[in-house]
Amino acid sequence: MGKVGIIGVGQSAFVRGYPGSIRELAFEGFKEAMQDAKISAKDIDATIVCSAPEYDKQRSPAGVFAEYLGLTPQPTFYVETLCSSSTTGLKLAYSLVKSGLHDMVLVLGFQKMSEISSAESQERMGRGADIQWESPFGTMMPAYYAMYARAHMARYGTTPEDLALIRVKASTYGQINEKAVYRKAVALEMFTDPENAMSGPVASPLRVGDCCANADGSSCLIVAGEEKAKALSKNPVWILGIGAASAPVNMSGRDLLTGLTVGEIAGQQAYRMAGLTPKDIDVAEVHDCFTIAEMMAYENLGFAKPGQGRELIRNKETYKEGSIPVNVDGGLLSKGHPIGATGGSQVRTIVLQLRGEAGAIQVKDPEIGLVHNIGGVGLYGNVVILGRS
Amino acid sequence: MAKKDLDTRFSKFGTVSFTSITKTNDFVSYLEQGKVMGTTCKGCGLKFFPPRADCYKCLSSDMEWFEVAGKGKLLTFSKLQYGPVGFEGDLPYAIALADFGDYKVFGRMAGDIPADDIQVGMEVKARPNTLPNGQLNYVFEKA
Repeated sequence: MGKVGIIGVGQSAFVRGYPGSIRELAFEGFKEAMQDAKISAKDIDATIVCSAPEYDKQRSPAGVFAEYLGLTPQPTFYVETLCSSSTTGLKLAYSLVKSGLHDMVLVLGFQKMSEISSAESQERMGRGADIQWESPFGTMMPAYYAMYARAHMARYGTTPEDLALIRVKASTYGQINEKAVYRKAVALEMFTDPENAMSGPVASPLRVGDCCANADGSSCLIVAGEEKAKALSKNPVWILGIGAASAPVNMSGRDLLTGLTVGEIAGQQAYRMAGLTPKDIDVAEVHDCFTIAEMMAYENLGFAKPGQGRELIRNKETYKEGSIPVNVDGGLLSKGHPIGATGGSQVRTIVLQLRGEAGAIQVKDPEIGLVHNIGGVGLYGNVVILGRS
Repeated sequence: MAKKDLDTRFSKFGTVSFTSITKTNDFVSYLEQGKVMGTTCKGCGLKFFPPRADCYKCLSSDMEWFEVAGKGKLLTFSKLQYGPVGFEGDLPYAIALADFGDYKVFGRMAGDIPADDIQVGMEVKARPNTLPNGQLNYVFEKA
């Protein structure tokens, strides 16, 4: 079998309180990707819809979208791995195309987090982990990542300021991303100014500025076999490596508290499949739902040795002009994090970078890019390596 | 099974319980007796905390209970300023993970430990705790 490529990418703006229904939200990412690939709905052989269902009122959105987007009678189905749902969708699309079962597969990620009320959302947050043994203690996502941050600080001497520097970097690029939900500048001093919202405690040692925001959004990727990709696109981006892993849901089953094993394992699989090493990566999108998550990703992906991630951010190596630019679209910290749409948005950024179409955030002539997308608190992890040839 | 036969003891676990029926319901009765307990697989000897009814390694469902006794080492913790719905009355509180050698235990720090006294590496003991709303959990206190 030949290679598998991505020939179209799209995403909606990520916003607070999208003024439309989920099918209309899905249409926004879909439209951009279809126009990008210059194809029509009849060209799509199958559709994979990706989201976290606890936010949906609509039961089984895949069928609803198929009708609204003109994708019937082709097959469609739904896939979920929390925040990494749409890269799991990409992995399935790769498999379907690679197997020869389908020639062109559409991966549609979405989340309308404002579909449910704030109180309903709070209630669901309490069920975000092991509901039998952990949620009864009153757990929340920031507190779990905070436990990793605490362990990283205790073991390696990483500081709250190191984490704040990651948010400062994110805001540098979030300000110029028209599709980001948070577009204001963030300065380091804000984290130590008790009057500033960024410094507000959430779950120690994480502060408001260390956390990404909820958002509504959609993303869309069009995946095609080699022959079709070459026939339809003048600059397809190829999937060179793809890895995925899982970890125990309960913290008591985690042996590593200074990194996420799923990121490490998925990364190793992707590097091996691509025949590449961390040094070969020219630009990366990593899952920065919290600042500590980006710090751990530097180390889990081999951009820095364990405990040395702080040197990358202190020396601005992960800025656009640095040795390994990371999240130069503002990351989840600026863009917002519409669960099911997030991974597709990360892939879109890397595809645009590799095509040289990233505009103001374009990294100089990248050949190879990487996407790291985590579901839950390191419960699921996907790493995808993309290349120009 | 008639409704009167349902064993829903687990609904007493935690400030808000999200599970009422499990084969490990005895865990709650042990908390009432002052013990935090895990399970050991009689088939292969693997120890489990949190307790399980089934062993993934040898596929046995024959378990016996053991007590989480002795000292553990605090691996990490976080103090929450916000909580999910239903936990507002407990705030602020700290969640934590402690290493007891053969197994690790996730739980909450005892509320009477001053925040500055909680340190990674400190020695802790696990003990059952009755919450203000009458529910039961377990907490770590200084060993």
